[in-house]
Amino acid sequence: MNTVFGINGPVVKVRDTKAFSMMEMVYVGKKRLIGEIIGINSEETTIQVYESTTGLMPGEPVVGSGMPMSATLGPGILANIFDGIERPLKALEEVTGAFIAEGASVTTLDEVKKWDVTLTVKVGDTLEAGQIFATCPETPVIMHKCLVPPDISGEVTFIAPDGQYNILEKIAVIKSSDGTLHELHLAQKWPIKIPRPMKKRLAVSRPLITGQRIIDTIIPISKGGTAAIPGGFGTGKTMTQHQLAKWCDADIIVYIGCGERGNEMTQVLEEFTGLVDPKTGNALTDRTVLIANTSNMPVAAREASIYTGITLAEYYRDMGYHIAIMADSTSRWAEALREISGRLEEMPAEEGFPAYLPSRLSEFYERAGYVEALSDNEGSITIIGAVSPQGADFSEPVTQNTKRFVRCFWALDKNLAYARHYPAINWNDSYSEYVDELSEYYHDNVDINFMSYRQQIANILHEESKLMEIVKLIGSDVLPEDQKLVIEVAAVVRIGFLQQNAYHKDDTYVPLDKQFKMMNSILNLYDKCKQAVANGIPVTELTKSGVFDKVTKMKYDIPNDKPQLFNVLDTEVEEAIKSIKKE
Amino acid sequence: MANSYVAYVGLKEINGPLVVLDNVSNAFYDEMVEIKLENGSSRMGRIVEIQGRRVVLQVFEGTKGLSLENTRTRFLGKPMEMPLSEDLLGRVFSGAGKPIDGLGDIFAESSADVNGKPLNPVSREYPRNYIRTGISAIDALMTLIRGQKLPIFSGSGLSHNKLAVQIVRQAQIADESGEDFAIVFAAMGVKNDVAEYFKKSFEETGVLSRVVMFLNLSNDPIIERILTPRCALAVAEYLAFEKNMHILVILTDMTSYAEAVREFSSSKGEIPGRKGFPGYLYSDLASIYERAGIINTAKGSVTQIPILTMPNDDITHPVPDLTGYITEGQIVLDRTLDQTGVYPSISVLPSLSRLMKDGIGEGFTRDDHADVSNQLFAAYAKVQDARALAQVIGEDELSDTDKSYMKFGALFEKHFVAQRPDENRTIEETLDLGWALLSTMPKTLLDRVSSDVLDKHYDPEKAALLK
Repeated sequence: MNTVFGINGPVVKVRDTKAFSMMEMVYVGKKRLIGEIIGINSEETTIQVYESTTGLMPGEPVVGSGMPMSATLGPGILANIFDGIERPLKALEEVTGAFIAEGASVTTLDEVKKWDVTLTVKVGDTLEAGQIFATCPETPVIMHKCLVPPDISGEVTFIAPDGQYNILEKIAVIKSSDGTLHELHLAQKWPIKIPRPMKKRLAVSRPLITGQRIIDTIIPISKGGTAAIPGGFGTGKTMTQHQLAKWCDADIIVYIGCGERGNEMTQVLEEFTGLVDPKTGNALTDRTVLIANTSNMPVAAREASIYTGITLAEYYRDMGYHIAIMADSTSRWAEALREISGRLEEMPAEEGFPAYLPSRLSEFYERAGYVEALSDNEGSITIIGAVSPQGADFSEPVTQNTKRFVRCFWALDKNLAYARHYPAINWNDSYSEYVDELSEYYHDNVDINFMSYRQQIANILHEESKLMEIVKLIGSDVLPEDQKLVIEVAAVVRIGFLQQNAYHKDDTYVPLDKQFKMMNSILNLYDKCKQAVANGIPVTELTKSGVFDKVTKMKYDIPNDKPQLFNVLDTEVEEAIKSIKKE
Repeated sequence: MANSYVAYVGLKEINGPLVVLDNVSNAFYDEMVEIKLENGSSRMGRIVEIQGRRVVLQVFEGTKGLSLENTRTRFLGKPMEMPLSEDLLGRVFSGAGKPIDGLGDIFAESSADVNGKPLNPVSREYPRNYIRTGISAIDALMTLIRGQKLPIFSGSGLSHNKLAVQIVRQAQIADESGEDFAIVFAAMGVKNDVAEYFKKSFEETGVLSRVVMFLNLSNDPIIERILTPRCALAVAEYLAFEKNMHILVILTDMTSYAEAVREFSSSKGEIPGRKGFPGYLYSDLASIYERAGIINTAKGSVTQIPILTMPNDDITHPVPDLTGYITEGQIVLDRTLDQTGVYPSISVLPSLSRLMKDGIGEGFTRDDHADVSNQLFAAYAKVQDARALAQVIGEDELSDTDKSYMKFGALFEKHFVAQRPDENRTIEETLDLGWALLSTMPKTLLDRVSSDVLDKHYDPEKAALLK
């Protein structure tokens, strides 16, 4: 029997054994703590343990499971909340109470609950790996499609009748070409660190619509894309992720709370349970999975939580769903890598982070994408990762390396947050590489002018940031009238358009066509004011007439379901400007 | 445990606060040990690493006076535990949880591992009840919520202690009965005067009998400092979750704590991260701060106010930085304000309470709370721009708008931020004062509030009274 030799925090060593393989899941000690083999040499085998090792003694047994750290995939994942190694927290609460104790053994998915299964194949059919063979309604909004495991294919030799089954019951048998029989169940396992296979990657062409104006209009992300939200503390990373999780048009949300606050996870739980999904009319939780590894839970499980989350996402992607993953925060994950690397006494690279940090980050972000799954369905995974740079300094290794592997960068700005301008995404520092790929969608589905309006709005902001350099030195009074106007209109763009109130019933989610109409009204205002200024009317007169305030407040004054009021607004603005002329 | 009767004579190695023993059997990770010196004194320690029969111990009181031969080490068969009982109230302990007030040992009702266990997120209750502190800047702009962890970021010489005492004195922590609250005070590496100041203030307020104090002063052993907040929080959790009390925990100074962690880490030969702090400082701090909250099986709550001094007033220093990422907001003190005589010198813009949004408004404070606080923040941010510009072009050259911001800024600091250390303002007073200050500006500058709210509260007559 193999036994514990050395213990140093979450790192446990076993001597003189050849029994284990890399990445194998093992049970450590009498309490059967869950661990993973992360290093093997001729003398020592190194295990990282996903639970607290307090009380562990040398000489306690270490037992291999014979398989890599895997996620259990099957119905019952949705509307659930798991820890970093996919243990359901509600079940853990029943076993160990309000505080999580070590070695608690709970099953990932409910093994008793019967699902209403419809079999979609018959005996004699040939099934390829990853094809759908049965369905069952998992929640009122998501139909669970049971997939043949990606490493199995063959002829169906047994199929159960439609009916009620739990995740352990045999519902089909497949005979593969070499004659082996494989039993199929509602649930299957997949190693979390290996991407699930797919047929091919497809080009991204559809935006992930979030209802947040600065994102949808100015810095859009595509379905299957990757984005990073870096920001110092208090800049609203978590708030932005909550907004996206609530409103984005993905079918399923995987929310990974990685090394963050416990109260935040409770908030997500409470809020999502109470919130009605605008698309389906059901509770938002019905299409959400939460993975909570709060900052005081064991650090090794924090490292695993990211992989667990993406594996769950890939499983649903393979059914043909569009998934959005919120990872809050990838910096905590990187720090978990650093902590374990330090315990292994590996040679550090930048700021103590291990040299493999960039490759781990890229492996993670590459698991996003818009794909054709083995089941022939199209599905996608969009990854939105929060980054918490140390000292809000974007030059630190995690931010810099993340920047290389994502195509959308929403930089949060401390000064905007201080001024309570939310979302505090800085329009000058942020970018999206998806604009070109998505322009066709906006062109076809919203308005022909969408992209050109977007550019004009961006130009106003750009112009303002140049002018502000001057204003900072000599004040705004000395600027010529047309430049003063730019500053006024840019303020309308910033406050009336980019700033969005998550607590306002209409403003929290704004459909694309309203976003377009808002841009239209701002540009109309700019246009009419420009004419007025050209005719010799000073900007102060325009300000006095209240037109800027009027357009700024349109986000509150015009409800989402009354777009016709924009015409009224535009006319009012024109009238107001005209009436100045007459004086 | 068999081990508790076996004493190992001598040590193999001594390195800073760490000692190494060889040929140890049946020791477990995190186990407590007692080391007896030849002169009869004893020290406590903890196992921090095991390699087969070689064991590394951390000695809390330091290794001064230890030699390789003059010791007997006994393994106690349990992790570091804190004895618990309601009789802890009113007592004073050392940083490692030993009574130092001369009133004898604690008759423990139970005991708990000082490291605690992670709270299951599904067992948490989301904090919603606000605690009125009577301090305008806090109540209106960074509201403290029961079950929150809200640190004070300060600098040496600033009035953080005075502010903490005022919060303790005025905060309505208890329910109406007034009996179910207690304060747990942990001093880590603070000067004796500071500890005395707190003690005296508790006495004057008449709460001393409801305070549990843990004192690790600046000349006490550094390893003990690592245990101090953990002992304090074990007590806080016990009183809150088993005795259903509302607990306010004050931890000061977290920077000294983090420096103790750094010293310990470097003596273990660990790879340093930023500014020499170990890579796990975030997890380590989180294991302290995350022990605030409310659970669904008990009526009590743990609210934390950690105090930390920012070295060189640098908010990007690893300690304030990592703290800010874990805690639910921060109250930042500002030296310039302090120098101009403003008490409390709260720097409004970088201060924040993350839990505020769900604990204010109708049913909690007042329906217009969110509006007034947003508008105050936005307007005060503009004040900073105007001031920066005034420094370049002079105040006379400013536009009318900027001039009105300048005026608002001065009044805001004088009337809203500043208040007497014994001044206890109601939430109505605070919010009305906010509107009066906003009303000093033209209506068009108040762009964060909807027109009807503005019509209801905009009142230039009141504003004219502010001088």
